[in-house]
Amino acid sequence: MASDVKARVKVPKSATAGGTITIKTLISHKMESGQRKDGDGNVIPRSIINRFTCEFNGQLVIDVVLEPAISTNPYFEFEATVPEAGEFTFTWYDDDGDVYTETKAISVS
Amino acid sequence: MQLTRRDALSLGLGATALALVPLRVSAAADEAIAAFTGGAAPAMAGITLTAPEIAENGNTVPISVDSPGAVEIRVFADGNPTPAVAAFTFGPLAATHSASTRIRLAGTQDVVAIARMGDGSFAEARQTVKVTIGGCGG
Repeated sequence: MASDVKARVKVPKSATAGGTITIKTLISHKMESGQRKDGDGNVIPRSIINRFTCEFNGQLVIDVVLEPAISTNPYFEFEATVPEAGEFTFTWYDDDGDVYTETKAISVS
Repeated sequence: MQLTRRDALSLGLGATALALVPLRVSAAADEAIAAFTGGAAPAMAGITLTAPEIAENGNTVPISVDSPGAVEIRVFADGNPTPAVAAFTFGPLAATHSASTRIRLAGTQDVVAIARMGDGSFAEARQTVKVTIGGCGG
């Protein structure tokens, strides 16, 4: 799964100090639920992203635990406070041990 | 066969019972919720759950939760094979305690959002979503 996972994050380039911004994230992942069966009737093993976190300069914004009921290509939208210029770090944890990270810098005006 | 008044009544009751079956809350969902709240009865205010009334495709149903003052929000789908859907924990830089995502629903059922507030109390919101095509495969 690790090869074709692509994370996309939408963060404004700048914000007012102490202001609120909306962040949208999407990561391509099949999120195999472990409920489906293949053509021979064998259960397809579960393979999902089980955790997503967003931090700004090391401080937590949101931490999400994902269950198999989250749709393919997990999407999240949430709001963050930007106290100073810095960097958002987004981390996705895969069932197979892979960790995908994405960073976005933001300036304050 | 003569249809007596008693027969007619029991027929009606049977039909009502059948009609209620899709709305039955699964025991697994109740247990999952009780495990989170510790059996405390949640307040029915202080949290907003936004979900469509009718979802054509159960594979991707957009939902959003919003609960000012919540430390953690958990979402359950009481008719799914595994009722837990997601758990959102908010950190110090979360501007609003709200989030949106897309979830899978196996069929018509209630979606339940429960927030754990900073003072340890709980708030609950639920909404029935009608699903035309289920989203759990199999």
